[in-house]
Amino acid sequence: MSKPEILIIDDEEQIRKLLEITLRANNYAVTHGATAKEGLITASNHPPDLIILDLGLPDKDGLLVLQELRQWYTNPIIILTVQKSEEIIIKALDTGANDYLSKPWRSGELLARIRSALRNSNQDEGEPIVNSDDLVIDLNTRTVKKKGELLKLTTTEYSLLALLARNDGKVLTHQYLLRAIWGPGFINQSQYLRVFIAQLRKKIENDPNRPEYLLTESGVGYRFVGKRD
Amino acid sequence: MTSILNRKIGNNQQYLVSVLFILVTSGVCYTIAPVLGYKVVALVLLLAVSVTAVLFDIFPVLLSAVLSAFIWNYFFIPPRFTFHVGTTEDAILFIMYFVIALINAALTYKIREVEKVSRKREEKANTLKLYDTLLHSLSHELRTPISTIIAATDNLMSNNENLGAENREQLITEISRASFRLNQQVENLLNMSRLESGFMQLKKDWCDINELVYSIVKKIEDNKISQKITISINPNMPLIRTDKVLLDQIIYNLLHNACLYTKPDSLIRISATNHADILQLIIEDNGEGFPPDEVENVFDKFYRVKDSRAGGTGLGLSIVKGFAEALKGSVRLQNVTTGGAKFTVEIPCEISYLKV
Repeated sequence: MSKPEILIIDDEEQIRKLLEITLRANNYAVTHGATAKEGLITASNHPPDLIILDLGLPDKDGLLVLQELRQWYTNPIIILTVQKSEEIIIKALDTGANDYLSKPWRSGELLARIRSALRNSNQDEGEPIVNSDDLVIDLNTRTVKKKGELLKLTTTEYSLLALLARNDGKVLTHQYLLRAIWGPGFINQSQYLRVFIAQLRKKIENDPNRPEYLLTESGVGYRFVGKRD
Repeated sequence: MTSILNRKIGNNQQYLVSVLFILVTSGVCYTIAPVLGYKVVALVLLLAVSVTAVLFDIFPVLLSAVLSAFIWNYFFIPPRFTFHVGTTEDAILFIMYFVIALINAALTYKIREVEKVSRKREEKANTLKLYDTLLHSLSHELRTPISTIIAATDNLMSNNENLGAENREQLITEISRASFRLNQQVENLLNMSRLESGFMQLKKDWCDINELVYSIVKKIEDNKISQKITISINPNMPLIRTDKVLLDQIIYNLLHNACLYTKPDSLIRISATNHADILQLIIEDNGEGFPPDEVENVFDKFYRVKDSRAGGTGLGLSIVKGFAEALKGSVRLQNVTTGGAKFTVEIPCEISYLKV
């Protein structure tokens, strides 16, 4: 298989260089654009397997760039932001970004996000999402096993876990989860979500206080991490 | 006091109140004039003008001075109920009354202006002093990690062959630590400017305290601290509704502070409970505590405990206090009798009825 191609759109040369070194060292091919215009042209001339997009571009609002890309580009987009503003991150995720990282980030984290985004875009349907000695989530039989033992989950608990697990590695926003599981009338009832997440953790985590599967993205949402790199 | 009154009472109201005050005083004088005589009335009215001069701006005071002079003339100086003045003595008295009332008003006004100027000057000096402290601690706090990064990278670039693998590793670790420290300082500065800007918009949402505390402790432990942090929170503690970002920063700064200023292998304990609708957080350590005479000052901006070893801008704890107050709560520090410092944070907040 040829190297996956990643397009970096960021106006800071240092950041582009750093990303390029990290990515090349991990067997990705890299192209870049320093402005929104350059990035959009490069993307359309030669669509990459994944785009890393900085939201703070000089010539155009990053959210608009994202919107434009999403009109035709279906591969993963990971956004980079300096602001920790949760609203902007949530907006970007709602606009079609697959994931986000805020600057400064750790390289390990970036690579994990890229791997998971690429994996999700060519996911194999029908296989158990997680299949380890510790945890098995089988969407076909709608069963969850912890250390070989069948877990008793309520319907809501199962739906929530299945939705998160189907999007393995991807962050899902509070609103998205609330709408999908409880319905559009519940998007502001985040306390339901938190309670159910806490209950799920007590059932599937080895230590509910130090979760390995159901991770919190503070102020944004939750991320299920099933496949270990 | 004067400035408070000025702020509370608008300009139009000042005119109204001073006129009313003079009228009421005159009314009282009218009843006692037959007993005390009109000359005493002049003194009482002058006193009333002086009182308005202490309380109000120059123009309402001048108005009351003029008004009281005419009232005195019309109602009290014989022949009464005319502006006619009978004797030369009374004419001189009236003119003197008028002048004294005006001087009185003007002098008081002048004194207050001088006060205002000197207060402004003092404030400016304080701000300058604060900036000075800020610049001083900033340049130190930012330069130290920057110097580390420059020196270490320089070393790695020019000396690469002579450095052993172990040294290289060490330099890289130092660069990493310095950058995290730098990031932390910038974070603190941003938080401080958020506080200073005066308008902080709270964003309240339901928050799982267990989750929050464990994630903060994990973040701190990721930086390879030697202290041991223990967490004691009821695993079924209900959700609370608060601004998670602010609460996060409060807990992080207190724990980070405890790690910075206690000896390696010290114990740090964090506990959280809710009593009615108050969230109480306690962060305590078994370090040396704070010097007793400095306990009061540790939350002041840029305050650093004398002769303290590790660095710090003196911003961390003042942010804790500022954020706790922004959440309508409080933070206090005690030295524990067995040694060590104990911070207690109390935040009023809505508690969820849902069972976790």
